[in-house]
Amino acid sequence: MQALYAQLLVGLINGSFYALLSLGLAVIFGMLNIINFAHGALYMMGAFCAYFLLNLAGIGYWPALIIAPIVVGIFGMILERTMLQWLSGLDHLYGLLLTFGIALIVQGVFQNYFGSSGLPYAIPDELKGGMNLGFMFLPIYRGWVVVFSLVVCLATWFLIEKTRLGANLRAATENPTLVRAFGINVPRMITLTYGLGVGLAALAGVLSAPINQVRPLMGADLIIVVFAVVVIGGMGSIMGSIITGFALGVIEGLTKYFYPEASNTVVFVLMVLVLLVKPTGLTGRAA
Amino acid sequence: MAEAAAKPGGAEILSVSDLQAWYGESHILHGINFNVKAGEVVTLLGRNGAGKTTTLKSVMGIIGKRTGSIRFNNEDIIRASSDRIARMGIAFCPEERGIFASLDVRENLLLPPIVRSGGLSLDQIFELFPNLKERLNSQGTKLSGGEQQMLAIARILRTGARFLMLDEPTEGLAPVIIQQIGHTIARLKSEGFTILLVEQNFRFASTVADRYYIVEHGKVIDGFANSELSANMDKLHTYLGV
Repeated sequence: MQALYAQLLVGLINGSFYALLSLGLAVIFGMLNIINFAHGALYMMGAFCAYFLLNLAGIGYWPALIIAPIVVGIFGMILERTMLQWLSGLDHLYGLLLTFGIALIVQGVFQNYFGSSGLPYAIPDELKGGMNLGFMFLPIYRGWVVVFSLVVCLATWFLIEKTRLGANLRAATENPTLVRAFGINVPRMITLTYGLGVGLAALAGVLSAPINQVRPLMGADLIIVVFAVVVIGGMGSIMGSIITGFALGVIEGLTKYFYPEASNTVVFVLMVLVLLVKPTGLTGRAA
Repeated sequence: MAEAAAKPGGAEILSVSDLQAWYGESHILHGINFNVKAGEVVTLLGRNGAGKTTTLKSVMGIIGKRTGSIRFNNEDIIRASSDRIARMGIAFCPEERGIFASLDVRENLLLPPIVRSGGLSLDQIFELFPNLKERLNSQGTKLSGGEQQMLAIARILRTGARFLMLDEPTEGLAPVIIQQIGHTIARLKSEGFTILLVEQNFRFASTVADRYYIVEHGKVIDGFANSELSANMDKLHTYLGV
């Protein structure tokens, strides 16, 4: 039983990263119509940003949770202003190729300086240790990651679905020309949206640093699964990508317990099944 | 080019000269000339595809390629972006109404930002369009066609813009709704709004318009005041093919 709970927890942790990343992808896709293949590289940059802050400036985990998403978000906004914005109105393929190229370059640069092995990042003192819950032992940092990710995801959902700003965003997703003709600066909104999506990826990177170490290819490995998650959940829905992210993490965890041989492929098998039955994904709209 | 008789007193708010516009490679407007004076309701008439909608969209700045001159309150806006044009006080109600499916009625209503003080309050809007108040929490596109048209007009009245461009507000609507929209336009006019209207429904236009311009093949080919209407009826039938 202990092992089952442990795998469930691992599943929830992975689900947290899936949710944060696929949420960012959904937000970016909705607004920019771009499948952001650079997402994994930006997630990795978030983790490295935390690592640099600690080792070069002595700035710890808590400030890094805020600083890294902002720094990487600004980097993303520069990418959007200088490159991505010129692709609006073109086929998805162009955005996909461009962001894939950006990912390769960013990962290549980091690999050149840091190799492929992981750099350690310590769990902050406040979150060290664990709790005995009776039925299992819960490392506090892992519990924190799950709860904090859930809070961030729900806050993002609230921002988009329930606020004035979110209404502007949803409207601009539907008909950017008309929203702009009402006097809203849509190009600026698009840049900020990309920054938000990228910031979420960087935040996930910081959260993951103490668990998975900091590696140049940490995002490349994860992003393949995240894209499968996005395909299963469908690109269009915010809540859909959150729920699918957590759910698939848990399913993966359960598979590790009941049939470990399939744990690396279960997400892709599900993706194939969903594509056969409902090509737009479980909650998605037609592209 | 026929210059329509102007109403005395009103200053020219919008003046368009030699406006040309393109959709991609196709050249749609070939030199549009007209003007609108403060407090007027001016109607662009013409057959389908004559360039009326493109004219409104060019004024709004949402046609990619446009040349010539569009002066609004004596400022040339031909190069301005549409968000800037909106903030100068021009509001646009598109032909397809542009109600957002992912927004409820309240969100649709509150979407356009306030660009000037002096717009209608929500209470005044609900007085004009009582239906909307009852449907505030419905999804925007769940409204009937008439209600969607009212919502599309209502939301631009909040912004404080005093120059409204309405693209075929009566299209596809029941006579009783058309009448209500006619009353609304008359009411707005009496409150000093300036309105540029595009209409196929000539009978409707004649109940609200001060002046008409006839658009054909991307040009303004004629124009006259409402008082000259009966003298121009024969010409009008030829132009519109009705």
